[in-house]
Amino acid sequence: MSIYIIFALNALLFASVLFLLTAGLNIIYGVMRIINLAHGNLYALGAYVTAWVLLTVGYQAFPGPLLYIVPPIIGVLVVGLGALIMEPTLLRPMYKRIEEFQLLITFGVLLILEDLFLLIFGPYPLSVREPYTFLGVSKIGDLSYPNYNFLVIALGFIVAFALWFLLYKTKFGIILRATSLDREMAAAMGVNVKSLFTVSFVIGAMIAGLAGGFIVTKDTAVLGMGIEALVLAFVVMVIGGLGSMKGAFVGALIVGALRQIGTAYFPEIELAILWLIAAVVLTIKPQGLFGR
Amino acid sequence: MTSHASRQVRNKIIGYLIFLLVLALIPLFTRIGLVTEFVQNLLMYSIIFAIAGLAFNILLGYSGLLSFGHAAYFAVGAYTVALAPQFIGNTSFEVLILLALVASAIVSMAFGYIAVRLTRIFFAIMTLALTQLVWALILKLYWYTGGSDGVNVRAKPLLGIPFNEFMSRPEYLNTVFYYYLLGIFAISLFIIWLIVNSPFGRALLATRENETRAEFVGIRVRLYRWYAFIISGVFTGLAGALFAVLNGHVTPEQADWIFSGDIVFVAVLGGFRFFEGPILGSIIFTFVRQYAMGYAIFWRLILGSVLIVLILAFPSGIMGALNSIANRIRAGSRVLPAATTPTPTAITDIKHHQDGGREK
Repeated sequence: MSIYIIFALNALLFASVLFLLTAGLNIIYGVMRIINLAHGNLYALGAYVTAWVLLTVGYQAFPGPLLYIVPPIIGVLVVGLGALIMEPTLLRPMYKRIEEFQLLITFGVLLILEDLFLLIFGPYPLSVREPYTFLGVSKIGDLSYPNYNFLVIALGFIVAFALWFLLYKTKFGIILRATSLDREMAAAMGVNVKSLFTVSFVIGAMIAGLAGGFIVTKDTAVLGMGIEALVLAFVVMVIGGLGSMKGAFVGALIVGALRQIGTAYFPEIELAILWLIAAVVLTIKPQGLFGR
Repeated sequence: MTSHASRQVRNKIIGYLIFLLVLALIPLFTRIGLVTEFVQNLLMYSIIFAIAGLAFNILLGYSGLLSFGHAAYFAVGAYTVALAPQFIGNTSFEVLILLALVASAIVSMAFGYIAVRLTRIFFAIMTLALTQLVWALILKLYWYTGGSDGVNVRAKPLLGIPFNEFMSRPEYLNTVFYYYLLGIFAISLFIIWLIVNSPFGRALLATRENETRAEFVGIRVRLYRWYAFIISGVFTGLAGALFAVLNGHVTPEQADWIFSGDIVFVAVLGGFRFFEGPILGSIIFTFVRQYAMGYAIFWRLILGSVLIVLILAFPSGIMGALNSIANRIRAGSRVLPAATTPTPTAITDIKHHQDGGREK
């Protein structure tokens, strides 16, 4: 019995990371109508920077709970800075151009980032296990489950709540949603669309960086982790509906559960199952479960 | 068709024939030492990439669909050639090519059926993701595919004649296989040229320029796109089949997203608004990569930077740059319909139309 609880927790853990990734992609898509192919690599950047900070400064430098706050925040800030540079220089000239060019630009960034990781952090995975092991394990029946995973699951829910609050309960959220619905009308009402684009791109990227910063002590920072994450986030996006936050949340839970079932029972065709489901959803409801 | 246009077509055909003739003379140049075998070998890779690039461009250049998934069909073609001899023995290459065409047709039919339901960004994502699926399957079904080690491919008899039995591998590749490859390239070039210049090709252009209007004129947009997708996939599979024999080894790298990116890059570098763009792009790409990789391991860094510079400064690629130089020299020169870039207003036009339709 307790094995099923562990399965469920794993599914939630996975869903949490996927939600963080997809939420960022969705905010960017919703406001700017751009799919950032480098999004997965921004997640990887968060992971790399966090691991690098922990390895060079040493985990001893961060007493108590700071260990779980400061290094990921540094990672998030670096990702935010990268996004802050990327949006005005590379993406802004693209808004008036055809969408293929927007994709190609972000694909260029993806290629550059992939090699920059190799150049700066080297070909070997960066691994820091201390923050993960320090939290210990909980007993579930006769099995044990790492406490750190609960932290990551909680993070997903906290960010989900924070985003809901930001989008639906603040003035900024109203402006964001209005711009997403009708860019020109929002501009006519006095919204500074340019800076709004920059802000939403940075927010989206930072959420991905946050996910990377927290996942890195559980797994490792490794080359190619970005594209793997990107592809899974796409599945969530396709199932949930593009640009829909509710879609990202529900889609992440569905994909998290499917992935867990897949890895437990059909490890060879686990990815194939995910895509099969995505294809079925697309065929029946092309706009996704919650897409407009 | 005006006499002006037909003269232009004739000039183009003469141009292609001269190009093919030069390629046909390369082995002679190699023999007398004007060209090294290494260069000839690279040229063969370029020709294969050019087939894949031309096929890819049926989608990007003529249908306005950016596929990040052409590695999938390339890999399906390559792996068919690599794995089929286990079941049917070491037959002539034509049989294997035929099987590769059938296999890539089946896969592109299935993937295309899903992907053409989407357009623009979503199409690109869907194709990228479907490729990752093929890649993952090749990697995980290692008892069939050899996993990350890949599969070795032996030289094949061509046209039923077992050249591979009385020739060394370099001799085989540089003589008979070279001409075989060139022949297939010429046929593919001709067929793809016919397709994009047929009424079907014109209809694809119409769907690229304005989907809504094309639908109103009576073009079944989704069906036409599906056909274009399958044609594109089949020719990419053909390139993969040729690659398997030339390379002598196939690995999951051929199904990887990076490889899809290479095919995209070839078209964008050469100029995807031009029929010949991918050919030029693939020759430059193959040679520059070979020499750049010798000096820098950070090849993707270079690739990404060049891609960004291309998009920002030269969106119509090398062909576009050459064309505008040529036009400046002989002012008043004509521009081909395929060479016109859709203006951003045309695109926003569609968006407004669709947005308006949704709100009412």
